[in-house]
Formats: sequence, C-alpha cells, structure tokens
Amino acid sequence: MKLTINGQTFDYAGDPDMPLLWYLRDEAGFKGVKFGCGIAQCGACTVHLNGRATRSCVLPVSAAEGADITTIEGLADGETLHPVQEAWIEEDVAQCGYCQAGQIMAFAALLEENPNPTDEDIDSGLTNICRCGTYTRMRKAIHRAAALRRGEA
Amino acid sequence: MDGAPVTTTRRDLFRYAAASGALVIVAPLAACSRRAEDAAGVREAQSSAIGPFVIINSDETIQIAFPNPEMGQGVDTALPMIVAEELGADFDKVSVVQMPLELIRGEDGEITWKYIAQGSGGSYSIVGRWDGLRQAGAVARELLIAAAAQEWDAPTGEITVEKGVLRHAASGRETTFGAVADIAATLTPPTEAPLKPREEFSLIGTPQKMKNARAIVTGEAIYGIDAEVPGMTHAVMARCPYFDGTALRVDDSAARAVPGVIDVVKVDRPPHGGPYDVQAEGYAVVAENTWAAMKGREALNIEWDHGPFADESTASFKAHCEELLQGEGQIVRNDGDLAGAFANAATTHEAYYWQPYVSHAPLEPQNCVADVRDDEIYIIGPMQFPSSANRAVAAKLGRDRLSIKVDITRLGGGFGRRLSSDYAVEAAVISDAVRRPVKLLWTREDDMRHDFYRPSGMHHLRACFDANGDMTGWAHRLASASKYYRRPNLPETEYWKAELYQDDFPAQLVDNLQMEYFSAKSGAPRGSWRAPAHTANAFVVQSFLDEIAHERGEDPLALRLRILGDSRDLTYENHGGPTFNPGRLAAVLRLAADRGGYGAPMAPGRGRGIAAHFTFGGYVAQVVDVEIGDDGTLRVPRVVAAVDVGTVVNPNGIAAQLESGVNDGLSTALRLAISVEGGRVITGNFNTYQLMRIAEAPPEIETHIIDNGDPPAGMGEMGLPPLAAALANAIFQANGKRIRELPIDDQLRA
Repeated sequence: MKLTINGQTFDYAGDPDMPLLWYLRDEAGFKGVKFGCGIAQCGACTVHLNGRATRSCVLPVSAAEGADITTIEGLADGETLHPVQEAWIEEDVAQCGYCQAGQIMAFAALLEENPNPTDEDIDSGLTNICRCGTYTRMRKAIHRAAALRRGEA
Repeated sequence: MDGAPVTTTRRDLFRYAAASGALVIVAPLAACSRRAEDAAGVREAQSSAIGPFVIINSDETIQIAFPNPEMGQGVDTALPMIVAEELGADFDKVSVVQMPLELIRGEDGEITWKYIAQGSGGSYSIVGRWDGLRQAGAVARELLIAAAAQEWDAPTGEITVEKGVLRHAASGRETTFGAVADIAATLTPPTEAPLKPREEFSLIGTPQKMKNARAIVTGEAIYGIDAEVPGMTHAVMARCPYFDGTALRVDDSAARAVPGVIDVVKVDRPPHGGPYDVQAEGYAVVAENTWAAMKGREALNIEWDHGPFADESTASFKAHCEELLQGEGQIVRNDGDLAGAFANAATTHEAYYWQPYVSHAPLEPQNCVADVRDDEIYIIGPMQFPSSANRAVAAKLGRDRLSIKVDITRLGGGFGRRLSSDYAVEAAVISDAVRRPVKLLWTREDDMRHDFYRPSGMHHLRACFDANGDMTGWAHRLASASKYYRRPNLPETEYWKAELYQDDFPAQLVDNLQMEYFSAKSGAPRGSWRAPAHTANAFVVQSFLDEIAHERGEDPLALRLRILGDSRDLTYENHGGPTFNPGRLAAVLRLAADRGGYGAPMAPGRGRGIAAHFTFGGYVAQVVDVEIGDDGTLRVPRVVAAVDVGTVVNPNGIAAQLESGVNDGLSTALRLAISVEGGRVITGNFNTYQLMRIAEAPPEIETHIIDNGDPPAGMGEMGLPPLAAALANAIFQANGKRIRELPIDDQLRA
C-alpha cells in the first residue's frame, strides 16, 4: 500500500493490521509520534488524518491508506513553526514533553474547526493526558495560539 | 560534546583541552555528600574528579552540559544557568546538552563518578550540583580573563566580565569570549576561582524558559523509546501478573510462528523476598518490529501459578491494616508522656485516614535498549539513575561495570519510577540471550501492573489539648506496607523509616508525641513515588489539623501558626535536613493565605482550604478553592501557593514545578488508586486509572516565592504534598464532608 506522510509517499507491504502508530515509528521513522497507552486514551499518538486529529495507536495502517497523514514533524512550515508550536514555546508549556506532540496536534486540528475556542470548548475538545500537569500553561498557550493564528499577537 | 577530548588523568587539578577552537573546561568539584545517592550504587567520593563542560565557540555561542537526567523537572535549563552565571555568559547564546554518564574506577578500586554525580531524584539536582557547577563556571571565567589579560598585558584583577564580553576599563579595551577562547584553552587553569557574591547574580533568580522547548514542540526531542542502535530488534514481555508468582507451563510455539518473531527468552523472577533486580518472571518475545513482538506476546500460552499472595485484595489489605491498628506496634518516636497528656486533657481528637496504592504512570512507558556483546555492553534508555542501571546490569550479567556504557536520553516523566533499573536489566538479559541489540518496550498495562507503587496504608491520628487550649499530645499510628523491604541486611524493625518521618511536623512542637508503626504484609511491589511518604503524611496531618481546628472552633490557619511559632532551627534528620525552621513554614502559610484570600466569606457550595508542608528542604503552603455542584461535581478554579526553597535559580522553573505538583496532587486525590484482586494488580490502563485531563485542572495557579537567600533546595516534589489536604479542607468548608480516604472518587456524590 501507499501512504502519504507529511507530503512524502511511502510504500508498505507488511502487516496491514499494524497500528498506524507503530508503522509511523518503526517503519517510517516518525518518532515524534509517541506511544502512551495503546487504547486511544491518552492521545500521545495523535496525528492528523486529512486534517482530523486521530489517535494512531488503535488505527490499522491499512485504514490510513490514501489519506493525508501529518505528524508533528510535518506541522511546521519549514523553519516557520505552527502558531500552536509557537505559543507552546512562548508559554513554556512543556515539562517532560512526552505528551506535547500529541497535545499540539490535537489542538492544531481543533483550531482549524474552531478558530476562537472558549474554555468550555477546550475542556470538551481536548482530552489528551499530560502526566506532568502542564494543563494550566497549556490553556494559556491555547488562547495565545488562537490569537496568533488570527494575527492578533 | 562533538568528540572534544575531555579526559582526566589526575584528580584535583583543573584540566583543559583545546579542540577546534573550542574551550573545554573540566573542573574539580567539592565532594558531594548525600545519603540518597547510595541508591545509585556509586560510593560517595570525597574530592573526586569531576567536571561539567563548557564549550565556547568562536561565534560566541556556548554549549553547557547538564549532568543530571532531565525528566521534566527543568534541570536542563537550571543547571546550565548556574554555570553560566559564574561564567558571565549571555544565556541567550547558551545551548544545552545532556552530559553522558561518566564513571571511573577510583584509586581504591571502587566505581565512582568521573566528573560529578549524575542522578535525578530526591529534589536534589540543584542542591547537589550547586557548588560544583558554580566552581566550574568560575574557573572558565578566570581562564578567559587570563587570556584577555595576556593579550592586553593588563592585570587580571582589572578585567571585568559581562554577558560574554571582557572589558579593561583603564585602557578602554574590550573583547569577547569567542575571541579569546583559543588562547584561554592553552592556559593553566587556576586551582581555585572566586565565586560571585549573591548580590552580583544577574542570571540566577531571573525567569528563564526551558532551553529544549523547540525540540519538544517539533517532535525532535529524543526519549528512551526513540533510541536506536544498528541491527536493533524489538521485544515485549509477558510477566507473571501475580505477585511473586511463576509459570507452571509455557507454550511458545504459536508465538514463535508469528511472522517477524525471532525468539522467546525467559527472564527469571527475583528471589522470593530478595531484592528486585527485575520485577517479575517473564517471557520476552523478540521480533523484527514492535507490532510483531506484541502479536507474539499475545500468542504466548502461559499458565501462571497465583503465587504466595493469591488471596490479597485491596479490601483484604485494608482489613489487615485495620486489624494491625487494634494492637500495639513499634514505637518509633516517643517524646514526653503521651498517656499522661491524654489523661489530663481537656479535649481530645481522633481520626482514621486511608491511602491507596498509586502508580507512577509516567506517560512514556518503561523501555530500554541493550546491546550485549562479549566484551562490552551498551545501554540507552530513560533512567533517573543511569549509574544504577550500570551497576544492576553488571551484577546480573557478571560484567565489569566499566565495560558497560550507559547513555542518557530525555525521560518521558520519572516521578520516582525510574529510580529502579529493572527494565534495563530485562533488556540486557534478553540481548544477552539473543546476542542482538534489543529495544524492550513495556506496554501501558505492563507499566501499571508492574510498578513499584506508592505504599498504601491506614493512619490513626490522635491529639489532645489542655484547659489553656494548648496542644499537649499528638499520636500518629500507621499501618502500611513499607517501601523499605526486600533489601539486603534490612531488618523489619527498620521498615518504618520510609513511611513515618520522625522529625516531621508537629514533632518538637508538642511536648508529648508518639509515632507508632505497624509493618503490614503485601505482595504489591513498593517504591519511591514523587515526594514519597510526604504525600500520604501531609494529607493526613494537615487534614487532621483542620478537623481539630473546626472541632475546637478555631481558625485552621491560626491553629497552625500558633503550633509552629517563631523562626528557629529544629533538628530534622529526614529529607532536606539537618534542620527544619517552623518559622519559614509559618511564613509561607501567611503569604499563601494573604494572596489566596484565605478567610474571606465563601458562597454556598464554595470552600477555601489551606495546608502546608516541609519536604526536601522546601517549604510550601497552598490555598485551594473549590466549587461543589448540587450533584457533587467538584471544580477547582484556583490554587495559590507560597514557596520557600531558599535561593531560587529559575523562578519560572519553580512555578512550573509548583503547577505540576498541584495538578499531580489533584489528579491523584480525585481518582487514582491501584486495585488489587486475587494477588495481582487489576488496574491496567488510563481507562481505569483516570489521570486528570485539562477540563478538571485549575485554570489559575499562582506561585509566590520567598527568597531570603538561604541555601537552595530543589522544587521537584514539594509542590505536591500540601495539595490533597488543602483540597480536602476546602471541601469540608464547602459542604461539610470530611475526606478521610483517598481517592475522593464519588464520595461527594453520596
């Protein structure tokens, strides 16, 4: 099968049941995509499938055939970071950082659908786990990212 | 360090090396003394040779190596700040790099640190590296000054340094670090360099953002799980789910038939009752990729016996603790005459509290790469004490420790779990068997069911007051399964030391005080969990104080303050000793109360609670606001904290760790417990171990810092212990419900 990841095309002839997460990490080398739970609970493995935030640990690689897959490695535009990445740096969100790629991918997708999220939208739309507890800064960064994206900051 | 020749041949001398325009400085550091570093298996070295690195490039960029593993606690920025301060560097031009683990064999034949201690734990990175890293930075600065002095034929004493620029005011000349670095590299380093007085600090104490933020948000940061070596295979293991159990029958034929599976390897269990070199007996499926290894594991057919703890459950363990508390335990502290105080008391107070087992659950599950060869071993993985992994692998495979190279990655969380090296030992055993490099991956279920849990236990608290209203008696009785067990030469009479800290508040503040311990039996492995027993004890003690105050009709803050009294040093032999100053605890209580609006009238269903604790040399008080809906829904809109950890290196890092402690404490108090049934842990993933998500996290957390210039303490752990008590005290104010068992779970819905 052919897979399109961050604009590159990959050929894969292995087990079609392999979760997309493990394909991305072991086969295609996109290690920014993280393994946290394997049951779509924590969101560390979040990637974009045709722009939609998707937990890749439970999705068979075959289900991603033909889709545009974006990983954290493909979120920035070259050296220009995505507003969410920018805001994450500005608010100094990360601690261990392990969940943050998934958090950023989840929120970047949410922002496409809802450019001006309220706190309630954040509460219901973002369910990724951060074990370090960076949520308080994350919320600030989310609002900052929304403002950046609207060209306000 | 780009192959720069950093070598030491003799101790106690400064060394230098010039490499392609780079100045590398290796400085000896004062001896680091710390009991907890015994855990690393590296003997304490007096005056050992050591050295953090400084590389100055001709383009004025500077690279500073941080020696301790980074797991989110911010040492990758704070430790280089200490070096950069003394160096006089422009911190904006500093990049940071993890220093690899460096061990040497000392003159007495023992393995010791080559440059500096390299473990992360016990909130000790700042405390332990403070003197040495300052000296390293100062030596580098003196060399650069000497180089400029030589260039200008000026006295070194007349040259000043600021943000990477050297100046000689008398002649009006100036130059940069980069311009003189190559000359500095040829000079003989001074044997001692003067340190800046605190008043001259211009970097330490200023808020700095994390240096590695960009690598994290772009997915480029390398964690253990991302490490690779050529020819690497992948392994997952089926471990015996039953405490100390073993396999009765193993059929691996189906597993071996899974495409991509290379081999199945047995890893022996640790000896019954003996130290854990690994966690449990297990069978590793080695495969070409992770997924094949997982499928292979599913195809394993293993019948396990249920082990010596087959009848243990959460309920049975609780009943066991309750029963123990009916009897008499080991009196581990006995001040004054407790019975007499109670006999003469005007009022008495009593309560029981329960703490469950909790799991570390770092978001990056355990993993490790091992490449075992005939004459050398390479290990890379996420470890708080990579030197422990070196020692443990050496012991397991009978190798010389210096033939084992251990590299440090960033850690996807630690929380104490990665003080243990069991996963490194497993990886080494597997690689040794298959003679190929192996990356061992634990799944989430493996991680949660084979943790070293924060001990569970039941606490019985009693206090009494005399007719004057003074607290005259305090008794803390605890039945728990200690984390100090299965250790060589450690009798059960010592188990209490990890669970009751004999100098903890209110010891020495009340004349008649007893601490009594009951060593409960449990098969669940136990270990150090962020702020270990302080999390349990601060909840219990600070909640009970609140109960007492309400029963007495006294304000809970006022009660604390009058027990604490004025500033003075008391003996403190536990974490963060040797002294504890109750006046500093009172000061953070007052500050948090003031900034948090403590004592203001609250609307129905709202509460504001306060608690404080001293941990690892740090003093933290927290004011927690709660709103409780009619249906019992709990919301925490705001937490205000005051922190005194002495001299602050990075206030931004202090705030981050405080926020982390608050959110960790809240998450744990709300819903976290490990359940045991039939001699095994049944909680296995985040669907049943429900870590808090953003919706429940306080949108506002304020950190107020007191910095009186006392010696620095760390900040990794002390943000956590007061939280659960301040929360419970707020809940009581909001709706009159007293939380005596954690987690809170659905107790508010009753």
